[in-house]
Amino acid sequence: MLSGFLQGLGSYFLFLGAVLRRPESWREYFKSFFREVDLLGMSSIPLVVFISLFMGAVLTIQTAINLDDPFIPDMYIGIAVREGILLEFAPTIVSLILAGKVGSNISSSLGTMRVTEQMDALQVMGINPASYLVLPKIGASLLFFPILVIFSIFMGLLGGYLAGDWLHLVNPDNFLMGYFDEFQPYYVVYSLTKTVVFAFIISSVSAWYGYHVKGGAVEVGKASTKAVVTMSFSIILFNYILTDVMLQ
Amino acid sequence: MIEVRGIKKAFGDQEVLKGIDMDLKPGQCNLIIGSSGSGKTVMLKSIVGLIQPDAGQVLLDGRDWTAMKERDRKVLRQEMGMVFQASALFTSLSVEDNVRFPLDFFSTMSASEKDQRVAFCLDRVRIPQSALTKNPAELSGGMQKRVAIARAIVLNPKYLFCDEPNSGLDPETSVVIDQLIQEITREFGMTTVVNTHDMNSVLEIGDHVVLMRHGYKVWEGAGPDILHSTDQEVVDYVFRSALFKRVRAAMNP
Repeated sequence: MLSGFLQGLGSYFLFLGAVLRRPESWREYFKSFFREVDLLGMSSIPLVVFISLFMGAVLTIQTAINLDDPFIPDMYIGIAVREGILLEFAPTIVSLILAGKVGSNISSSLGTMRVTEQMDALQVMGINPASYLVLPKIGASLLFFPILVIFSIFMGLLGGYLAGDWLHLVNPDNFLMGYFDEFQPYYVVYSLTKTVVFAFIISSVSAWYGYHVKGGAVEVGKASTKAVVTMSFSIILFNYILTDVMLQ
Repeated sequence: MIEVRGIKKAFGDQEVLKGIDMDLKPGQCNLIIGSSGSGKTVMLKSIVGLIQPDAGQVLLDGRDWTAMKERDRKVLRQEMGMVFQASALFTSLSVEDNVRFPLDFFSTMSASEKDQRVAFCLDRVRIPQSALTKNPAELSGGMQKRVAIARAIVLNPKYLFCDEPNSGLDPETSVVIDQLIQEITREFGMTTVVNTHDMNSVLEIGDHVVLMRHGYKVWEGAGPDILHSTDQEVVDYVFRSALFKRVRAAMNP
C-alpha cells in the first residue's frame, strides 16, 4: 500500500513537471485559459452565491440560538458569524464543494479525452497535452477560486445579516457592528492563502487522475470518484497544516 | 521513405513486437495489415512516437526519429498528420475550429489565409458548408473521419498515418474513405501508412503491404502480389477474410 502511495506521489510530481513545461504557443494557451475561467470559474458563481447565502443564514440562526443570553450583546453574534465565514466556511467548505463540481469536471473531461485518443492527437501534432490541457485549468483555478471565496465571504455575511433581521433573532444594528469590530485583515490573508493552496490541489489532483485514465467510460467515472475522494482528504489535511502554521 | 529497423516492444512479460523491419515507400499508400493482436497498432504508434520502442530504429527519410530529442521531434511532428481510429476530434471545438487548430499553433499564416486553407481542406474531403459550425459529435462516423483527414492534412504534412480508418463504418463509406486516402496520397505526394484488417482496403488502395502476425512481419511486398503469395500464413490470412469467404462461397455454391 505504501509503495503504491509513493509511486502515485512520484507520478504526480512527474506529471506536474510535464504540466509546467514551456507552452508551444502562448496565444493559444491564453485563449484556453480564458475558456477555463469561464468554464470552471464563472459557471460556479450561482452555486457559490446560493450556498453562501444560506450557510451564512444558518450560521447566524445557530449562533443566535446558542448565545441567547441577555448578558451577551448581539454584536458578539456578528463577530462569531464573521469569523466562522471568513476563517472556515468560505475557504474550506466552498473549496470542498468546488472539489466536487470543478474537480470532477476536470477529471472526467481529461479522462474522456484520454480514452477517445484526443490527447494522442495533440501529441502527434507536437503539442504537450499535459501542459496545454492542464496548465490553463490550474491557472484559471488559482486566479478565480480566490475571487469565488471573496464572493462567498460577502454573500455569507449578507445571508447572515438578512436571516438575523428577518427572523428577529438579533438587533440588526448591533449585529452589523459585530461584522466590523476588531476586524483582523490577516484573517483575509489566511483565508485566501488556504484557497490558493486548495485551488492548486483541486485542479492538479483531478487533472492527474483524468490524465492517467486507462480503459473506457467506466474507468473515467471511477477516476472522477477517486479524484474527489483524494481531493477532499487533501483539503482537510492541508486545512489543518495551514491553520497550524498560520494561526498559531 | 520510412524505414523501420528491428523494432521491439514488450508490455511487462508480453512481447508485442519481436524485431520488425519494414520499408514504407514514399508517395504510396502503405498498408500494415494483420488480425487483432498482431501488433499493428503498437507498430503504428511506435512509428509516430506515441509509444517508445524498447529497441530498434525508425528512420523518416534518413532521420533517426527514435533517437531524436523531444525538441527536434516537435519540429518533425509538423510533417506528420494522423487519423485516429475513433477520429479523435476535439469535442469542445466546432468542425471548422478542429481543422484550424494545428494552423493556430504552428502556422504563421494570416487569419484570412488560415480561413482559405481550412475551407480548401474541408472542401477537399467533401464536407458541406452546413457542417462547419457543428460539433463533431453531431456528425456521422464517415463525416467525422473526413474531418479528421482534413485536420491531418491541413499543415500539408509529408507523412499521413491512419489507424483503422474504416473501423465502425459501413462498407460503402469504407470505400469512400479508402478512395479519399488514396486520392490525397497521390495529390499531395504524401507517404501514407494505413493500419487495417480490411482485405477490401488492401485490394483497393494497398500500393505496398506489410502483413503482421503475433508480433512478427510475415510478408511484405506490392499490394496486388499478396494474392499470388504461396506463403501459408499469407494464404491463411487472405483467404480466411470475410470478403474472400463470401467470394469463394459465391463461386462454389
